[in-house]
Parts: sequence; structure tokens; C-alpha cells
Amino acid sequence: MAGLKRKSRNFSQLNPVANAGAVLAAGLFAFLCVFPFLFVVIISLTDEMTLSRNGYRIWPEQWSLEAYKYVFRSGDQLLQSYGVTILVTLIGTVLSLVLIALFSYAISRRSFKYRNFFAFFAFFTMLFNGGLVPTYIVVTQLLGLKDSIWALILPLTVNAFYIMIMRTFFSISVPESIIEAGKIDGASELGIFTRLVLPLSLPGLATIGLFSTLGYWNDWFNALLYIDSANLVPLQAMLMRIENSMQFILQNSNNPSVNVGLLSSLPQDTSRMAMVVLATGPIVLAYPFFQRYFVQGLTIGAVKE
Amino acid sequence: MKIGRFFRDIYRNKAMLLFVMPATIWFICFSYLPMAGVIIAFKQYRYHTDGFLASIIHSAWVGWDNFKFLFSTQDAYIITRNTVLYNAVFIILGLIMSVAMAIILSEIVNKRLAKFFQTGMFLPHFLSWVIVGYFVFSFLSYDKGVVNQFFGYMGWDLRQWYNDPTYWPLILVLVNVWKTVGYSSVVYLAAIMGIDKSLYEAAMIDGANKWQQIRRITIPMLVPLMTILTLLAIGKIFYADFGLFYQVPRDSGTLYSVTNVIDTYVYRGLKLTGEIGMSTAAGLYQSVVGFVLVITSNYVVRKFNKDNALF
Repeated sequence: MAGLKRKSRNFSQLNPVANAGAVLAAGLFAFLCVFPFLFVVIISLTDEMTLSRNGYRIWPEQWSLEAYKYVFRSGDQLLQSYGVTILVTLIGTVLSLVLIALFSYAISRRSFKYRNFFAFFAFFTMLFNGGLVPTYIVVTQLLGLKDSIWALILPLTVNAFYIMIMRTFFSISVPESIIEAGKIDGASELGIFTRLVLPLSLPGLATIGLFSTLGYWNDWFNALLYIDSANLVPLQAMLMRIENSMQFILQNSNNPSVNVGLLSSLPQDTSRMAMVVLATGPIVLAYPFFQRYFVQGLTIGAVKE
Repeated sequence: MKIGRFFRDIYRNKAMLLFVMPATIWFICFSYLPMAGVIIAFKQYRYHTDGFLASIIHSAWVGWDNFKFLFSTQDAYIITRNTVLYNAVFIILGLIMSVAMAIILSEIVNKRLAKFFQTGMFLPHFLSWVIVGYFVFSFLSYDKGVVNQFFGYMGWDLRQWYNDPTYWPLILVLVNVWKTVGYSSVVYLAAIMGIDKSLYEAAMIDGANKWQQIRRITIPMLVPLMTILTLLAIGKIFYADFGLFYQVPRDSGTLYSVTNVIDTYVYRGLKLTGEIGMSTAAGLYQSVVGFVLVITSNYVVRKFNKDNALF
């Protein structure tokens, strides 16, 4: 058996030693990529007392579920933030799919006279932008979105890069002849789009939809800029706020005006890590199944048309 | 008659014009109005209760003063240096690491194992910088962090990581590589999969070993893609990843000398110090240099391969 294998060993493959080296290198890097998340899970499952005595340990002396119990017991803010994130992600993803699909379908149509103008109109925003301050002033003063849930949704809705990807998808997956056939059958443009074009472009829509979902779920920047009231704070921004208020109190801990009660009312180390786990859990569990769409979007984006 | 034709064209394209309308309105609100708003860089911005336009009209015109002020401080130099140098290191190291990782993954005999590893490497891409900030804190926390525990175990002095700028350039580079390499190696892996297998067969008939095949076939075949992606990255060298430089060092003031980049500077000018005019000026400086760089790098990409140019 071994002899046979050796004889048929393909020279296109690495020899066993080099293969072991490659497996080791890739495996080590993959492990390093996953490890911090596992570590945070472990910290969240550590007993609070053990943790304050021993620090963060890879294998704690004493395990405990107390952090999760605490988070769920006093988790109003967590639930609220979960709600905000889910709402923003849902509305945002749907909205961005509609806007991007409509726009990029139109500029993928050869019969659309102004396709080049609108393609450039979108594309130019990739080359030049007004910067943070004018954007902030437009959003808060002109559009009046300060401290509104739309400030979390609208700034991320459209993105020229996604439009370029989606246009490529449309021009690859929708042959002009299908559209012509639809026209001959007397379908309206909207009918052609919804009944003929969209079903053919599902992989593309899935890619853009997932990009967008991830963007909304992980967004904290817009909350940092525009959101003040606690009941509009999404998950990631909530985690950021806990961290900041913690730091503020620690830095001012010799200041007698800051009372100790405030410190003890904040989530402790383990509970904060439990929140991190709860905020990332859905993504970590889901991404392996959606990975291929991200790969697809990336390779199309990098090597266009 | 020209006007008549124009309206006829509009009418003929009315469906598609309606299709592009929602996103066009979005682009006007969130991209083009802010572009017009860069005029603030030449004004001493004063908030006016009558709204956006009134604020701009009533603010005094100060010409290049905001820019003069910006470049007369040490800040302009520091933020430019930090932004460009970090990005340069990220580009070079990212390129080497992701190409190497793509080649390694493509050579692993057990394909399912390779796929499994790739999934693992992909994870950091899906996490926000806030989460990554927590990860890093679990390592660098003064009293509880793993690194200081190890230092204590070895009998070395514990370090105040978040107050000592010395190691932050290294830390930021490591964190960035950790977060991006898995994702960027995917593109190269896809390119390797696309290389014509007969090239390798021919090389094997000529007696080339695996190492020679990698050096003489795989890498040369990847060079065009490497060139293009690198040039495009150079086009963006003036834009820093805000999350990396804001969340990971936990916005620690003592670290600003090595963590302040153009994007964080603009943000702080807007939200903390309220230097609206100068902040806008810094942002415009970034946009203009960024624009020139993108155009230049795209021009060079076109010289290599027209198909891969952005435009």
C-alpha cells in the first residue's frame, strides 16, 4: 500500500515534509486569527473573583456562568442596543439593496442613453470626497438627522464600490436577449427588472446584501458621530461607551467627586466580555456559511469586468 | 429642435432615469453636498440658527488662513507622517504576507484542511474595531493582561502599555496584519487557482521541483495582480483606517504622537476641540492629495494593464 502510494505520488504535490510545514504555518496563523475570540469567550466564562485575583487566564481556576446571568438580568441596555442594531441592519440592508440594484441595473443597460453619465456620477465619489466635517454638517444641519435612527441607516446605504460590483454582476448574469424577450412579451421595465432580472442576479444580490449587513452590524462610527441618546445606541457603540466610561472613572478614581458606587454599578470585566461575545456571536456563527459570497464579491471587485 | 430632442430622449429613458433617481438623490445628499461644503475650509465657521446655508453664508471668509494655521503646527507633519508611514508598512507587509499565505494554502495537499484554515483566517475581517479593541486590551491591560502576566512571570517590570508610545507602531502593524491578511489572501488564492495547470505540467516534465515551480510560475503569474492591487493601495495611502487608530489604542492621549493620523485628527477637531475650519482644511488636504494619488496610480495601472485600471 505504502509502496503503491509512493509510486503514484504526484509531483504536482508537495512532499510530506514540506506539506507538514505548510499545514503548520497556515494552521498557526489560522489559530492566531481565531484565538482572541476564544480567549474572550473564556474570560467571559471565568469567575469574577478568580479573574480579579489572577488576571485573564487561558485556563481559569474557577469557571462561572455568572457574567451571562448578570447580563441577562440587568440587560435592558443590551436588549435595547440589540434591538437598535437589528432594526438598523434590516432596514438598512433592504434599503441599500433596493437603491444599489436599481441604480446599477440602469447603468448596466446598454440602451440607457445616460448610463455613462450616471456611472461616472457614482464613480467620482470614490475618487474625491468632501471629508468628515462637511459631511457631518450636512447630515446634522441640512438633513437634521442628529440623534435620529436614520443617521445610523442613511450614511451607509449607498456605496459606489458596491454599485461597481453589482453592475458587473448584472452585465455578466443578465443577457440582453432576455430583456428584449421580456419587452416583446409586453412587460414593463419594472416587470422585467423584478420578474426576469432579479431572479437571475440572486448571487450578486446576496453578495451586496451580506456586505451591507456586515457593514451595518459592525458600525459604530455613525453612532459616535451622530447619536447621543442611550436608547438609539447600537451594539458596537454600546461596547465602546462601556469601555470609555470605565476608563473615565479609572482615570478619575483619586478624584473624590467620582463616587465608588458608579464604578461598581458598571458591568465588571467578565460581564463586559460576555457582552462582546453576545455582540459578535451571531456573526462568528454565521460567516462560515456566507463566506463564499464575500469571496465572490472581493474577486469581482478586485478584477473588474 | 435640439431641446425637443432632449425631451424626447428623457422621455424614452424615463424608466431607467426613475431607476437611478433614489441613489442619485443619495449621492447628492451624502457625497456632492459635502463636496460643496469644503468651502468651510476657507471660512471661519460659525453656526447659524437659520440652518446650513445661513451658517455658510454668514461665516467670515478667511482665505488660506486655516491651511496656514494647520501647516504652521507640528500636527500637520505628525499626522501626515503617521498616515503615510503606517500605510506604507501595511501595504508592503500585507502584500508579502497575503501572497505567501495564498501560496501556502494553495499547496496544502489536503484541500479540506486548507479550506478550514482559510475560514479561520477570515474571522478577523468580520469583527468590528471595537471588538478588536477589546481583544487587544485582554493582552495589554496593565493589571490583568496576558502580556504583563508573562512579564511578571519572567520577573520583568510590568508596562503601562496604553501610556507608553514605544511599542505602538509595532502593535498597530501586527493588529492590522492580523485583521487584513486572511481576507486579502483570498484574491491571490483565486488568482492562483486560475493559473493554467499545463504550465506546471510542462515544468514538471522539465524536472522542476515544487520550489522552482512557485518561483518561476506562481509568483510571476501573480505579479500583474500584485502590481495593480499595490498601486491601488498607494492611491489610498493618505486615508487611514479610523477604527484601527482610534479604537485599538483606546483613544489614549499619551499615544497620540504615534497613533494620530489624518482621520483621527479631523475627527477630534470636529468633535472635541471644535476647530471646524482647520479640521475641514485638514480633510480637504487629505482629499486633494488622495485624489492626485488615485489619479496617478490609476494612470500607472493603465500602463500595465488597461483592464485592471479603475477607469
